Amino acid sequence: MNKPSAMTDAGAPTNWFSRLAHPGVFLSWSRDWIIPLIATTAILFAIGLWYAFFNSPPDYQMGETVRIMYIHVPNAWLSQMVYALMAVSAIGTLVWRHPMADVSMKAAAPLGAAFTAVALFTGALWGRPTWGTFWEWDGRMTSTLVLFLMYLGIVALWRTFEGQPRGARIIAVFTLVGALNIPIIKFSVDWWNTLHQPSIIKADGLSMPASLYTPLLIMTLAFTALFFTLHMVGMRTEILRHRANNLERRHVSAQNRGTSGTGT
Amino acid sequence: MIDPGPHAIYIVSSYLGAALVVLFLIVWTMFNAHRQKSRLEQLEKLGIRRQSALTSTREEE
Repeated sequence: MNKPSAMTDAGAPTNWFSRLAHPGVFLSWSRDWIIPLIATTAILFAIGLWYAFFNSPPDYQMGETVRIMYIHVPNAWLSQMVYALMAVSAIGTLVWRHPMADVSMKAAAPLGAAFTAVALFTGALWGRPTWGTFWEWDGRMTSTLVLFLMYLGIVALWRTFEGQPRGARIIAVFTLVGALNIPIIKFSVDWWNTLHQPSIIKADGLSMPASLYTPLLIMTLAFTALFFTLHMVGMRTEILRHRANNLERRHVSAQNRGTSGTGT
Repeated sequence: MIDPGPHAIYIVSSYLGAALVVLFLIVWTMFNAHRQKSRLEQLEKLGIRRQSALTSTREEE
């Protein structure tokens, strides 16, 4: 007996979690989430930017350049969080062969690459007035550059394996191997003597005054909300692309059958 | 408003660069979404529909 494809509405699962992650059901419930997510993102950015420019003091050492932190840190956080999300999705692809896990991985990769690029770019611009150099081959910066190159590799792999069923599994393996880089990025500032400053979150609390931490937190939430908005729209687009590809393939094969049936 | 001082170029470039990337991501995501919707609409116009869509149409009839 033919098992219904997970990309079709037919045979929608009854389990609540499976229903939530079923492509057809996902398209239906996610539609209602897009506008609230856009509104949340816009409000968070408005408040965060107001704090960043008008309601936070300059740092006693870095001066006004501390304001670069409000976009550098959120993008650096997203560069790692997006990869972690891709790694979890990769497990979903390899263990449960869930089509939504493939969709999630594919939609997240270009977004992760963009956020990592912004983290590297703003980091270099922050480094010049603070450290006197745009770039240093230290643990944190080098491992983040490796992360950016891995994102580009994954985006290229998705393009290479477009429409091939086994492609997602190969990319999932590559993604999981690359996930080893995430703890290296996170702990690089503790393991090695780096130019990059250590984490602001310590066991005994924050190493930053609330006047600087508040805009940082709001901007981090704003960028995170932006990612989830774009990721949700990207996942919906991937499902639609999959459907359109399937329909075109079916149409072409039906046409071919018709041509060979009427031929001599 | 802040006085960015001698490092204004670094602060402005950072925010401008980030804004351009975010803007590009938004436009690119919307463009992709629109393109796939148009593809499906075109296919539907040609009478090429998904099995479940055909079933629901038949049920309505």
